[in-house]
Amino acid sequence: MLKIGSYSFQSRLLLGTGKFPNYEIQKRAVEASETEILTFAVRRMNIFDQAQPDLLEELNVKNYTLLPNTAGAKTAEEAVRIAKLAKASGLCDMVKVEVIGCDKTLLPDPVETLKASEELLKEGFTVLPYTSDDVVLARKLEELGVHAIMPAAAPIGSGQGIINELNLSFIIEQANVPVIVDAGIGTASHAARAMELGADGVLLNTAVSGANDPVLMAEAMRDSIIAGHKAFRAGRIPAKRYATASSPKEGMTVS
Amino acid sequence: MNCKINGENVKVEPHISNVYELLAAYGMENKILVVEKNGTILEKEDHINENIQDGDTFEIVSFVGGG
Repeated sequence: MLKIGSYSFQSRLLLGTGKFPNYEIQKRAVEASETEILTFAVRRMNIFDQAQPDLLEELNVKNYTLLPNTAGAKTAEEAVRIAKLAKASGLCDMVKVEVIGCDKTLLPDPVETLKASEELLKEGFTVLPYTSDDVVLARKLEELGVHAIMPAAAPIGSGQGIINELNLSFIIEQANVPVIVDAGIGTASHAARAMELGADGVLLNTAVSGANDPVLMAEAMRDSIIAGHKAFRAGRIPAKRYATASSPKEGMTVS
Repeated sequence: MNCKINGENVKVEPHISNVYELLAAYGMENKILVVEKNGTILEKEDHINENIQDGDTFEIVSFVGGG
């Protein structure tokens, strides 16, 4: 069970809704993933195009917990405004705090992320900040009272997998709130690895939406996160430099 | 009336007097959206009581795909 603030979830996969080839594939991928949390962005509506499909209606969002992000914000003030706009929909009180500090790497601005998180906690939001893999920043966010910490595995959309396993494992070890690895996942083994390291969940988007077969990749991610989490709970054997026979040394038919 | 909606200058028919009617004029009264008027976020139930005046600025936002 993944517990974030007052929410509980069976699934440990949080799925983004960006850049799917079309709504039909997106819908099938979301179903295949068995996710319970969907992320969204907040943007101006095209009021002059009444025929535009409504993403939320297409996905039957009542079945999911919505996690709007503050993507597009470059300051704490902008992030807080976007979060408040999202909450005013009456559909959610969770927010993924995302304050980008670098256009090229899309890495988060740590100072503004901290400020925005503090303000949103005061406003009563369930706050999930997207951070770099900075161990001290993760601790400071937790001290503020955030409900989960979401360190990047690698830059957003890069598909590189976990760049710094050591930092990520430090963050996981010190945290008393869920750690959700967010961004940079490329394939199922990356998600499994995050869970093997002890992450509480994985948030991904492009790895599924950009795959050749997004529905099949959604299934792969679902399975890998379950497998990685089971392996973590089971406790892996230590890695050894040399071989250890698994068959008995006694009673051999050859001498 | 001249208003600004999502950064664009828009002529609003004089018979439109509140936010609900403004949304209805664009066929959006039942859509999932949030309206900010002159920098203040409106609750959905207040749309019908929120008057529109010449020079008002609106942001009308919704959820789109994102990660």
